[in-house]
Amino acid sequence: MSESIIQMKEVNKWFGDFQVLKDINLEVKEKQKIVVCGPSGSGKSTLIRCINRLEEHQKGSIIVDGNELSEKTKDIEKIRAEVGMVFQQFNLFPHLSILDNCTLAPIWVKKTPKKQAEEFAMKQLEQVQIADQAAKFPGQLSGGQQQRAALARALCMEPKIMLFDEPTSALDPEMIKEVLDAMVNLAKGGMTMIVVTHEMGFAKEVADEVVFMDEGMIVERAKTKDFFANPKNERTKLFLSQIL
Amino acid sequence: MININILKPTSSNFQTYLYIGSALIFIGIFDVFLRSFFNINYLTFLPGSLNFLFPLIIGLVGLQMIRLEYSGNRIVDKINQNINNNTFNAGLTLIIIFLTLLVIPPALDWMILEATISGDTKEACVATEGACWTYIKVWFRRFMYGMYPNDFHWRINTAFIVLIAFAFVGYFMRGKLKNYITFYYAILYPIIAFVIINFLISGGSFGLEWVETNAWGGLSLTFIVSFFGLIFCFPLGMILALGRRSELPVIRYISIGYIEFWRGVPLITVLFMSSVMFPMFLPSDAFVDKLIRVIAAIILFEAAYVAEVIRGGLQALPRGQYDAAKSLGMGYWKMQIFVILPQALKLVIPGIANTFLALVKDTPLIFVVGLSEVVGMLQMAKTNPKWLGYAMEGYIFASILFWAICYAMSKYSQYLELKYKTER
Repeated sequence: MSESIIQMKEVNKWFGDFQVLKDINLEVKEKQKIVVCGPSGSGKSTLIRCINRLEEHQKGSIIVDGNELSEKTKDIEKIRAEVGMVFQQFNLFPHLSILDNCTLAPIWVKKTPKKQAEEFAMKQLEQVQIADQAAKFPGQLSGGQQQRAALARALCMEPKIMLFDEPTSALDPEMIKEVLDAMVNLAKGGMTMIVVTHEMGFAKEVADEVVFMDEGMIVERAKTKDFFANPKNERTKLFLSQIL
Repeated sequence: MININILKPTSSNFQTYLYIGSALIFIGIFDVFLRSFFNINYLTFLPGSLNFLFPLIIGLVGLQMIRLEYSGNRIVDKINQNINNNTFNAGLTLIIIFLTLLVIPPALDWMILEATISGDTKEACVATEGACWTYIKVWFRRFMYGMYPNDFHWRINTAFIVLIAFAFVGYFMRGKLKNYITFYYAILYPIIAFVIINFLISGGSFGLEWVETNAWGGLSLTFIVSFFGLIFCFPLGMILALGRRSELPVIRYISIGYIEFWRGVPLITVLFMSSVMFPMFLPSDAFVDKLIRVIAAIILFEAAYVAEVIRGGLQALPRGQYDAAKSLGMGYWKMQIFVILPQALKLVIPGIANTFLALVKDTPLIFVVGLSEVVGMLQMAKTNPKWLGYAMEGYIFASILFWAICYAMSKYSQYLELKYKTER
């Protein structure tokens, strides 16, 4: 196997007195797909937000693609540009059209010429099957379409790693499938993915490994098959029995 | 057969009630109309107070008669829902209509019918009781241009026309030029404006005689002060708003200190300081024109207010917008310029318009340092021994001017709100 693209060692984080992450150790290899699950408040979102430094960790080290993340990291923008992220609330820019949402960062961050950026963005939008909505504003789209647009926007930066923070939790049930389909396509294309989700069907289909978190700790990490077939930890068993 | 409760219509006999009720309302209003416009009172046979209250009583009875939950007649239903849903509201409606009718004739008389505009001296106005618009006519140039020499008024006019022409340049920018539109309005245009005003209105070169700023005045000065006030206090306010939310303590505390200081002092003292105290701190050979000092004071003062308005907009944006921008690799300035500020500024258009209107209406305060814009000229004109006693006309004239300017600004802000409205 190739080198680890993400290495987290003994990562600790506090919000005030409350410890959200406790001694997190996690390595992710290139092209690996990892699903992170666990009850709410267990620190899943915080964990992946630390990977592109939307949250700062206080102890331990995080190395992304050979760059250590710390206060001293100067080109944090460069690292972030390589790590795409999809949010629970889509977070599209409401004042820009879908196409402009997708081309804004390539044009101003990567300095891609406008025409080239637009062509590439249209390709990405076609991938997630909303090319016909390119001229519309986010507010005019359904939740599922918005989330797919957000996915396309992240892909326009040609990231090496994609992070998903509960991408389907804010969607109506009938829209979840269209988003998951787009994510499955992306996984088949060989992207490195870390997905926080409660969609166990997606985990079974796509993930190489599943990480179960509770109270800020990684309780169990196992190959997908093993995770669902014979979970070792009591807490994991309880969790699985409740959601499956 | 006969409905005992004569004031309560039902849907079956509503037509009859509608006719009688409307007639009663009409009689009530018509009676007030006759009394007010023609001084005719047909009801002198009624005792005093009843005579006085007759239109109100008859109008109330009429409104009572047409009050029905659903009549099927659209106009009547509208009236019933909005202004006739109970007796108290019906009474208020009638009183407002009557007061309007009573106020119109005297106002009309004073402002137009008995007003004078002919002649060039006060004597033209002595004969009438109406408004003396002659006063405004005679002083008009002073109200517009202050003490600026009459022969050079064309210089002010030309300067303003050229400025307006330059303001429309952005409208014709197409293609590649369009990327520079913000740069043009934020940086280039103020410089152009300053150069034009400096050379054309102030003069002193190109064979144009120098006119010192003390002589400037009237509405043109209002425009100059407001113009520079508006275009400079906005970017300064924006930077202060960002500064107050900065993560760097030094920048944050400087911004907080600045904003709280300028919001805490009255504009009138700031103007006074800028004109009297400030020159004392300068080396004796340095000289900054009084008008520039005053405009700078207004800019610094209003920027604090603009900053707080913009900060309100910044705080209204969800954290997700920052997260999304950061996750795409945007640095602080790119994030602010392309993602945060466009949304925040759109949200605070009404608040910004509010501040700008206040700024325009604050300009008369420069009177305290001896600069006379339109209200200042008014003060001068009304104390002129030849024209004593016409303050009212002057103030009405100034009110109309300011109202027109402010209303135009308000309309423009509404247009901007619509233009930048995208569905959330």
